[in-house]
Amino acid sequence: MQIIQPHYHAIARTAQDYERMAMSGVVAVAEPAFWAGFDRLYPETFIDYFRQISEFEPTRAAQYGIRHFSWVAVNPKEAENPTLTREVLKHFPEFFAKPTVLGVGETGLHKSTKNECDSLEAHVEIAMQHGQLVLIHTPHLADKAHGTKRVLEVLAGMNVDRERIWIDHVEEQTIRPCLDAGYWVGFTLYPITKCSPKRAVDMLEKYGTERILVNSSADWGPSDPFTLQECILEYRRRGHSLQEAIDVFHNNPCRFLGQNPKFDIQPIRVETLSREGISA
Amino acid sequence: MLTSAHVSENYFLESRHMLLEIAAHFDRYEAAVAREAGGMTNGRAAARPGEDGRMARLREALAILAAPRPEGERTVALLELFAQD
Repeated sequence: MQIIQPHYHAIARTAQDYERMAMSGVVAVAEPAFWAGFDRLYPETFIDYFRQISEFEPTRAAQYGIRHFSWVAVNPKEAENPTLTREVLKHFPEFFAKPTVLGVGETGLHKSTKNECDSLEAHVEIAMQHGQLVLIHTPHLADKAHGTKRVLEVLAGMNVDRERIWIDHVEEQTIRPCLDAGYWVGFTLYPITKCSPKRAVDMLEKYGTERILVNSSADWGPSDPFTLQECILEYRRRGHSLQEAIDVFHNNPCRFLGQNPKFDIQPIRVETLSREGISA
Repeated sequence: MLTSAHVSENYFLESRHMLLEIAAHFDRYEAAVAREAGGMTNGRAAARPGEDGRMARLREALAILAAPRPEGERTVALLELFAQD
């Protein structure tokens, strides 16, 4: 089955991940800009990071037949340095021009401070000005419900195209308001701290499959890109058809990411050939 | 040996994760019961006097876990509980 991994921090992973993902059907990954584990001090550090994910990483993925796309952002954890954020934002347009950059992300909130909200607004604004997609991170654990509510409040005050915005890391207590407001949502599968494959399938069964993306994130922390395949297995084990699985795990990423014409992978449909078709 | 603070710190998220899985299991079960009954009541399945024995056993296990000061080890109590099946 062909799979798209829509949120994947490739630079934190080894080539072995690419190899195993390719062997398991992954045809494309999209890499949002991430936190490095420490707060960066210089705009140039971001610029080189963006070059790495928009220029070098696609070549590494291509060795395994995987298409690699990326996003640019200052991470919410680094928003407490507004001067740095402003400087980095000035460079976004040059990356929007790159052939594999899909938009702005992952921006969003961590502790939902004023600086974080200001940074989120600035990120969304520049994305909308340049016709880019947006990927929004929502906080972890105890901060999630409040942070997601603040994200929705910030967005509600802006003139945005909701179908071009993906609010990520939703869980059972945050999915409904995001879907009801017209945004795309993402389930992020982590071994411990975010959603699990089984819970993700529960939500797919409860809320349907429209405007939902499933991803593994897979970064330098405790994470596993193959939680996505685990989720597909759980989905199929519950009796959902191959086509339904393809719709969620391949076609939905095509539908959202394909709003940027640079993402040119098309949705697919399984077709059973008749005996005549096989012998023809 | 770990201090009590370290035990709490080291295993909290893992236990949180496992409890959420159990919560999802119960929700999944109730959703299935509601589907089979042909409808939901306020988004929840109606009360089930004839609940699957395994689910009832899990509820008993959770009650054991929630008890503040059990007489013996909780793991032993749960293993004995599940051995009754």
